[in-house]
Amino acid sequence: MGSTNSTLSKIPNVEELMRETGFSPAHIVRLYDRFESLDKEKTGHLRPEDFGAINRLAMNPIGDRIIGAFFSSGQDTVDFHSFVRILAHFRPAENNRPRDPSLPEPVNSRISKLKFAFQLYDLDKDGKISRAELLQVLRSMMEMQVTEEQLESIADRTIQEADLDRDDAISFEEFRKVPLGDTLTLTQQRVASK
Amino acid sequence: MGWLLPFDNLLCMALGISFTVWFTSLLVFIIVPAILGVSFGIRKLYMNSLLKIFEWATLRMERGAKEKNQHLYKPYSNGIIAKEMSTLEQEIQELRSSSTTLSSEPEFEMADIMSFCRRGVESIVDDEVTKRFSAEELESWNLLTRSNYNFRHISLRLSVLWGLGLLIRYSFLLPLRITLAATGIGLLVVLTTIVGFLPSGRLRTYLSEKIHMMCYRICVRALTAIITYHNSENKPKNGGICVANHTTPIDVIILANDGCYSMVGQVHGGLIGVVQRAMVKSSPHIWFERSEVKDRHLVAKMLSNHVADKTNHPILIFPEGTCINNTSVMMFKKGSFEIGCTVYPVAIKYDPRFGDAFWNSGKFGMVSYLLRMMSSWAIVCSVWYLPPVNREEGEDAVQFANRVKAAIARQGGLVDLLWDGGLKRGKVKDTFREEQQKLYSKVLVGDQEDQTGRSEYFTICSVTGIFTHNHF
Repeated sequence: MGSTNSTLSKIPNVEELMRETGFSPAHIVRLYDRFESLDKEKTGHLRPEDFGAINRLAMNPIGDRIIGAFFSSGQDTVDFHSFVRILAHFRPAENNRPRDPSLPEPVNSRISKLKFAFQLYDLDKDGKISRAELLQVLRSMMEMQVTEEQLESIADRTIQEADLDRDDAISFEEFRKVPLGDTLTLTQQRVASK
Repeated sequence: MGWLLPFDNLLCMALGISFTVWFTSLLVFIIVPAILGVSFGIRKLYMNSLLKIFEWATLRMERGAKEKNQHLYKPYSNGIIAKEMSTLEQEIQELRSSSTTLSSEPEFEMADIMSFCRRGVESIVDDEVTKRFSAEELESWNLLTRSNYNFRHISLRLSVLWGLGLLIRYSFLLPLRITLAATGIGLLVVLTTIVGFLPSGRLRTYLSEKIHMMCYRICVRALTAIITYHNSENKPKNGGICVANHTTPIDVIILANDGCYSMVGQVHGGLIGVVQRAMVKSSPHIWFERSEVKDRHLVAKMLSNHVADKTNHPILIFPEGTCINNTSVMMFKKGSFEIGCTVYPVAIKYDPRFGDAFWNSGKFGMVSYLLRMMSSWAIVCSVWYLPPVNREEGEDAVQFANRVKAAIARQGGLVDLLWDGGLKRGKVKDTFREEQQKLYSKVLVGDQEDQTGRSEYFTICSVTGIFTHNHF
């Protein structure tokens, strides 16, 4: 399928991209192939419709929000670099290395992953998840037969547990304290040791 | 200059002897068994030893990668992610158990959105459908540079092996195969033309069958194709249509190796045209002019006429219409299913460890494709003959086509894609999304209906457990 090098040379600033995101050259090539296959009209950019064409994403109850996360800075197209940067959030976090506080926060650290998840809830980007926003998410994740009262009681209980400063909204600091597990990671294929 | 002459003679003698030896061994080991239809089992032996060598090569690369403390890039099937095979419910249960809350009843957790989010991003990075058109990527290296992504991890020993492999493939196997292919095609053309002069009758049919089989067997050896046929009792019979999934033009040779078929296709110029015209002289095939291809009624009529005559061989058709990369079966075009005769489905699955048989017609032309095929190690494939099917009452051609497609996909271990380009995309989106929502709701709200009944909770969990097995 062609050598990795020829594809890498097609991408501008690829060294910087690899440094920033921590993807290996082979990963970048794979992502580039994927980007090109999604970009059906070969414009070099992806639009929300291109994401919408992915069937499994369209089936996902929060599919629209995930697509929104790619276009968060108000633009309506995303180029390859931004595409890779956002996906870099999902790389496994390197927990064993001691962090140098002078360097910027790595894109796949736990904090960055949490910020990404917070973004999914906080649609109006005011830094807080209000009760209304929580209800919206719940509504999209649940089926039609779940009643409004049930949704509201779930929302109330969640806010009660997480909201520490009693402002009826969940800020990022409070969100951080919620136990979130390790699911916001897409693990890379590991070599099977024989 | 006199002293050169003896060397000259010696050289001539040496060349003469080596040529004789070469051709005799070729004849004895390959062509005669092909004519007679027997096999020495040399190819099976070859295949097994190759597999051992590939395993060794992959292990060396992995060791090399581990030493440098890097991860070996395994692009096969999951790209940069290892898809979680657990279902939504399992993931959420796991989240519950790993959290520190003491509550034993499932409640909505902020973390639940993570599972959905991860699945969503997984599908952005990789999804089933778009992968189908690129060549399937391998986990082990088969000593061909064209399928190696880990070129940084090749040690010296491995490079030597690869160089040796290169030498063998290009200087020994390739000329051998080209000779065989030329012999096969030449024999086909000459013999079918001769048989064409005979008056049509049983003798002619018998001879032409024998000739076709013999030449296809030679061609199969020319590609070093190691084929396993399963369920031969379901082999297509006269007066029917044989449908198969399409990966490469070589499919034709693979199937025709085991039975006589009538081919359908466009008239080409050049060498293929010569072969086509010769084949038609001794047995009926259906070749269309370019202009006739557009006329679907004409095509259907010719096919029906052919099928109606029970002495004609079954027609071989590839309903996908284009080459797919042998990991899935795409939508079948319904034309061949409208004719109303028995359909014999056949599934062909290539073993990707030996060489990629997929013809990416955008990337490679026919000649360069054939050269690639002839310079890879071998083509190993399995052919399954499925039981014949007929169109049922009340089934239209499209449903019939889908039924056959599903059977072929299931047998060959290929993914059966319903994707048809988005015509029904709106409907698919809503129903599937609702299912996801329903499942999630069951985990949570199903329990809230009865806060006190733990037994209810367990019942519901077992219901979703049933869902797990059936749906995902």
